[in-house]
Amino acid sequence: MGLSGIEIFKKLPKTNCGKCGVPTCLAFAMKLATGQAELDACPDIPDAVKEEIGEASAPPVKTVVIGTGDRAVKLGGETVLFRHEKRFENPPAFTLLLSDKMDEAEITTRLKKFNYTVYERVGVVLRPELVAIKAESGDASRFGTLVEKVCNETDAGLVLMNEDTEALSQVARSCSNRKPLLYAANKNNFETMGNFAKELSCPLAVKAGNLEELFEVSEKLIAMGLKDLVLDSGARSAKQAFEDQIIIRRSALLKKSKPFGFPTIVFPCEMADNLMKETMIACQMTAKYGGVIVMSEIEGHSIFPLLLASMNIFTDPQRPMAVEQKIYEIGATNESSPVLITGNFSLTYFIVSGEIDSSRVPSYLLIKDTEGLSVLTAWAAGKFAADTVATFVKKSGIEEKVKHRKLVIPGYLATISGELEEELPDWEILIGPREASHLPAYLKQLKI
Amino acid sequence: MAFEVPKVSYTGKIREIPLGREGSTVTVGGESCYSFHLFEGEMPYTPKIAMEVYDSEPEDWSDTALEPFADVIKDPVAWARKCIDTYGAEMIALQLASTDPNDKDISADEAAKITKKVADAVEVPLIVWGCANVEKDTEVLKAVCEVCEGKNLIIGPVVEGNYRAIGAAAIAYKHTVVASTPIDINLAKQLNILLGNLNVPDEKIIIDPSTGALGYGLEYCYSVMERIRMAALVQEDERLQFPIISNLAKEVWKTKEVKVTEAEAPLLGDLGKRGILMEALTAQCVLLAGANILVMRHPEAISLVKQSIKDLMTGK
Ligand code: SF4
Repeated sequence: MGLSGIEIFKKLPKTNCGKCGVPTCLAFAMKLATGQAELDACPDIPDAVKEEIGEASAPPVKTVVIGTGDRAVKLGGETVLFRHEKRFENPPAFTLLLSDKMDEAEITTRLKKFNYTVYERVGVVLRPELVAIKAESGDASRFGTLVEKVCNETDAGLVLMNEDTEALSQVARSCSNRKPLLYAANKNNFETMGNFAKELSCPLAVKAGNLEELFEVSEKLIAMGLKDLVLDSGARSAKQAFEDQIIIRRSALLKKSKPFGFPTIVFPCEMADNLMKETMIACQMTAKYGGVIVMSEIEGHSIFPLLLASMNIFTDPQRPMAVEQKIYEIGATNESSPVLITGNFSLTYFIVSGEIDSSRVPSYLLIKDTEGLSVLTAWAAGKFAADTVATFVKKSGIEEKVKHRKLVIPGYLATISGELEEELPDWEILIGPREASHLPAYLKQLKI
Repeated sequence: MAFEVPKVSYTGKIREIPLGREGSTVTVGGESCYSFHLFEGEMPYTPKIAMEVYDSEPEDWSDTALEPFADVIKDPVAWARKCIDTYGAEMIALQLASTDPNDKDISADEAAKITKKVADAVEVPLIVWGCANVEKDTEVLKAVCEVCEGKNLIIGPVVEGNYRAIGAAAIAYKHTVVASTPIDINLAKQLNILLGNLNVPDEKIIIDPSTGALGYGLEYCYSVMERIRMAALVQEDERLQFPIISNLAKEVWKTKEVKVTEAEAPLLGDLGKRGILMEALTAQCVLLAGANILVMRHPEAISLVKQSIKDLMTGK
């Protein structure tokens, strides 16, 4: 941070060539200053200037990328301590831990589960992102074989965990094109590991016994020229990890501490003896600043709630989330199923569709684009006016799906029913309940 | 450059509020730091969990939620006792759901009778929660205040539309009020000011900034709680220095995700454990954001949250 748009603008080529995707250098500078553009989008900035601006405008928690292609995971890039102050940028990467001590069948099953665990919610893809491979057998060839197997069976990013730097470097060399996170440099081996990570241009984890040590080792690695670090303070209890995560983030943001200006790696898998408790700790880390969150298992009942928590916490508080404008069919609908309409604020959609679902009355839910606003706000802003609602109803294709012409509108919008009846002369407008929770009772007594 | 722990200097403190009747009160609040930031402040009273009891048999509960209470589901008194005797509940939250005009619409008198029975049967603090219909709650909660005089119940939701009537009854019969507002820090503050003007004592106010379930708007509640705590602790906003309650169980247990079976949605995993974690994770998030009292349902979710509170407080 630090540099204003104008300060950045002074350093740009000022040709207004538009190659960066915005029409002027000034516009580009403004976007850079607010973190909405990447410096690399302008091809004409001299390298020296790039470094200078990059340095000054970089977020206090550096963005570190693990993995490549579609499965590259961005971590860090954070600029605030509380989500309401602006927004959190990059959600944590839930990571499956595999050990070279596990038997092969077990590994195959876990990897498979990892690969097919993908959810979609409001158009956002949610999934566990990384696989951590840990050397525990003491047999370098076993470790190598496992890494090779994982590379073959998933495109996901990797975390390579091996205390034996020699063994780690051999294996890392064979898959450095996947940009794995190397785990880890410590106070004894940081020179070897640092040089090695630099040579392969892979991100490097730093592991210490406590925060002071972490600070020192990180500082030394920065001095060696390393840019992509991931921090492990060594805490293995919920309380200590909580404290360390907060101190690390605060130091980066409030003290501009460079050694702590990186994303973190945390290990709920080493902090609980069952998956339920492990999930609670992982949730704590999701809210309070965990980066790579390593789990002993990926099971739907645990990872799904965790991904929801992560999605909630990392939602941009300034931008209402929206779902697509269309007809949603809930349950086994037919030509005499009820038809309801509401706005496209995602929360409205989730709550209303959930209530319809639990009513067990199959229904059509028309979701009108209200630019992500809730129904009342949308109506006040003219996004749920009778004429626009009518146009949408006509174009939606619902008239081909049902024989009746009864439309249920939200109870809060009773005032538009008269106007809407004028705009939709074939339709009878019914006023639904004000609260979604009353929908099941309403739908059960509704006669079409 | 040496490393130095950047500490926040807190200038405010959350009020300590004793709940329940004399001789067996449970105190909440008293924090001089953000939740669990024990390296720079104190949390003299750990957050508490109130177990839900319903005034009549719930109709739409999932098997997961129903199972632990199957033997007491028709009897609020037995239900409350089971929560205390079997599950060690620190508080009870009686949900007067059947007072809802869109539901069974039981009368204020009947609701008051049920409440009195439960209140007489439990020694722990009792939260009594209406159906969130402004007019009906006014009637019901006034009646409840009267028949339970002196028991220092925690009465809610008290909203802008009925705070005068319920507030006056709470003052007269010595109860604590839950000031409820829809996810908005300014409205929360405003209602607390109004309650103060009405002469509701400061040690009789709890804030309810509204709760959404995990995946259903939790983020809004999370942030409004964090903002309330920030205002209270570092911006010396006196009218926000009250403990926070989160009535979360009923939000979580009505979502689709706690009801869909594993056969219908294999990716969502075990139905029972998933429901428990949906509740426990919602609780975990609001705890970190600043909640002091959590209204919860499933005994296993509660035990996970208790463990988590203990871990964060004591470091094991
Ligand atoms: S590409 Fe560079 S030079 Fe061209 S308009 Fe954008 S910022 Fe200016």
